Amino acid sequence: MSKVMVCIKRVVDYNVRVRVKPDGSGVITDGVKMSINPFDEIALEEALRMRERGAATEVVAVSIGPADAQQQLRTALAMGADRAVLVQNDGAIEPLTAARIFLKLVEKEAPGLVILGKQAIDDDNNQTGQMLAALWNRPQATFASKVELDGKVARVTREVDAGLETLEVDLPAVLTTDLRLNEPRYVKLPDIMKAKKKPLDTVTLESLGVTPTNDVKVLRTDSPPQRQKGVLVKSAAELVEALRKKGLVA
Amino acid sequence: MSRVLIVGEHASGRLNASTAKCVTCAAAIPGAELAIALFGDDTAAPATDAARLAGVARVLRFDHAANTHALAAVIAPQVAAIAADFTHVLGPSTTFGKDLMPRVAALIGVTQVSDIMAVESASRFRRPVYAGNAILTVEITAGRKVVATVRTASFEAAPSSGSAVVESRKVEASIPTHTRFVSLSSADAGRPDLQSARIVLSGGRALGSSDNFKLLYSIADKLGAAVGASRAAVDAGYAANDMQVGQTGKIIAPDLYIAVGISGAIQHLTGIKDARTIVAINKDSEAPIFEIADYGLVGDLFTVLPELEKLLS
Repeated sequence: MSKVMVCIKRVVDYNVRVRVKPDGSGVITDGVKMSINPFDEIALEEALRMRERGAATEVVAVSIGPADAQQQLRTALAMGADRAVLVQNDGAIEPLTAARIFLKLVEKEAPGLVILGKQAIDDDNNQTGQMLAALWNRPQATFASKVELDGKVARVTREVDAGLETLEVDLPAVLTTDLRLNEPRYVKLPDIMKAKKKPLDTVTLESLGVTPTNDVKVLRTDSPPQRQKGVLVKSAAELVEALRKKGLVA
Repeated sequence: MSRVLIVGEHASGRLNASTAKCVTCAAAIPGAELAIALFGDDTAAPATDAARLAGVARVLRFDHAANTHALAAVIAPQVAAIAADFTHVLGPSTTFGKDLMPRVAALIGVTQVSDIMAVESASRFRRPVYAGNAILTVEITAGRKVVATVRTASFEAAPSSGSAVVESRKVEASIPTHTRFVSLSSADAGRPDLQSARIVLSGGRALGSSDNFKLLYSIADKLGAAVGASRAAVDAGYAANDMQVGQTGKIIAPDLYIAVGISGAIQHLTGIKDARTIVAINKDSEAPIFEIADYGLVGDLFTVLPELEKLLS
């Protein structure tokens, strides 16, 4: 296989405790640390390992976002991606629009495999990979925890509610990653320097001929209801008595 | 009027409880007329279950050899082909629905509403983002079909007091052969399913080994409880992947949740905060889990668990 395309989203870092704006217009992102969506980092790591064992020749990292998303693409290049493409856009992008944009890039790049995180940890949509596969009319293997490439097919183990499911898909295909697929590498300082020289192209939404959809309008953002702190019991006996009183255990 | 299609989930001849929860969500849409579609090689048995769900008018069976395994690439074009008759197409936020429904939405040409937790009108819904740390109220643009997944932990199962009409249907759709089922390995040991169990007992990294999880299993067997695990315990290899409870694992809403040796990372709390009663057993009195627990017991789990087992015998 010649090429693997990895889709990367710039999101609020997973260590940040997200707070809702008092006026309900969104969450506070000013001055907040931004990172590569962790599931996308796993996607990139998987692609890099494929290239390192000779199963792929090139890894292209792509993203949709504001000019600042170049930072995350530079990190992807430092991790080892060969080149990067940013589809620059400042507004919110719905998953269907993202899938349409990625389809345009797929048509241009002709990858043997596209890998994405199963969901972004900001909007938690879990849609884009499946939508890209649908529009591309190609197989999807979501929530992957193991990927084996074998010529023109991939055997993918998926984390499903019932256990582990294995699918065989013809290539090209779309994969989305689950947490346990791999552990992404750390970026080393010399690699950050080297990444500055790697190609990072920027294209516009208009040049790709994609018009953003606005199917799901956000009216309001609220904080979730908080659970109240309960009582401390002193012993297992006291606990069982309390649970029996509430009819929760026999 | 709203015509709502629910894509039913089933396995081994049984309807998954997630479908009954989707029915409750769908019934909250004003003036909704409900139908359940089932895709499989032989859906007679799950169709019987589905027909009993209160509020459902019709159960549509799409039996075909290609539907033996629930492959999204195979089922999505069939759902998209029948969607024209409906205003809403819903599926559960289980791995089945999360895999399938976005593919359906893309074929129809709409963005999906993921993880509906509340219905405000036929076009207005509430859904969690940022691992449940923010709740969005969203509105679907007028005239667009609603394709959505339903956060099953937010809805009770519809009662089995109905009697819907069951129809066998055929659909014209081109079914791809590029995706093939190979195998399914299940860690099921005859215990209740995490997502439908009334009581769930979960262990964290403090259990220290997979062997020590037996302490939980013997109590769980006495309570008829399912056993879950924190991400830390799964990552440490003490418990199987499909036991993971939390934002990135299973989101559950049992009547009673007992967290043993789990400190309470945000992503874990997100997965359990709809539980009716939460019990935390942890030797660290500062553990965040105590902030949301209804009953907290500060103590060494290796002392507390044997005591609990004795008390519950």
